[in-house]
Amino acid sequence: MSSRRSRSRQSGNSRITEDQIADLVSKLQQLIPEIRNRRSDKQVSASKVLQETCNYIRSLHREVDDLSQRLSELLASSDTDSDQAAIIRSLLM
Amino acid sequence: MKTRKIGADAQSSDISRTEVRWRSESSQRIYSVKLVEALQRAIQNSTPALSISAGSRAVRDVADRVLAMTAKGRTRWSRAILASRRRLSILRRHRKVKKSRASRINRRSKPLSAAAEDRTRRLPAVEKRIKVLSQLVPGCKGAPVTDLLEEAGDYIAALEMQIRSMITLTEIISGSNGERTG
Repeated sequence: MSSRRSRSRQSGNSRITEDQIADLVSKLQQLIPEIRNRRSDKQVSASKVLQETCNYIRSLHREVDDLSQRLSELLASSDTDSDQAAIIRSLLM
Repeated sequence: MKTRKIGADAQSSDISRTEVRWRSESSQRIYSVKLVEALQRAIQNSTPALSISAGSRAVRDVADRVLAMTAKGRTRWSRAILASRRRLSILRRHRKVKKSRASRINRRSKPLSAAAEDRTRRLPAVEKRIKVLSQLVPGCKGAPVTDLLEEAGDYIAALEMQIRSMITLTEIISGSNGERTG
């Protein structure tokens, strides 16, 4: 137990303790809707958090791809030269 | 315990700053405007006879690059996106085998005492998930686990903002398209 605390060489790159990892994993936990919306009181395993993180990033990538697809179709069919100012105005409203 | 707390505090303030950066309305607005301008430039610079799939990939590239620039080079994932070009990324795929071998060696070559090994030994299931995650977050293949987890959190927040912004853009453009034809 004391050996864990004496690991004070935590400049970031040498010894990475289980505590630091558990800390970051629990923070990551809060960012994943899958886990956040389920049961917030129970401790989720690190493996589960990492798995859900990977799944979530993959689903975000898919969504960006779909949106890119839609945007490219919309841009191809619209006359953006004249509309750009109008678009930016709508964005800033 | 005190040193750990200081480290954790620095990390948590880093993370909350990160979340503010990606979750505020103003940053989303700024990103959206920059994205529109960048898309406009890309359209003007490209040949009109682009296939739909090439156009979609071009939009994705522009959106990612503008997102990475918004990060101002503070994160590995943003620097990796800015450093990569389509041609280079194809070359990188061939080098992938060598790279993963190198990163495996990096992780195991640190000399650990028996007690430390007990503390830091991770289940193979966790190791596998860490590896998969490192392949999903740009620029994190050989990164230490703490960096990877921080990067993943920042990257997720950034992607969510990117999606919100692109949805808004889609609505605006399709709305203005409808007005013109109506």
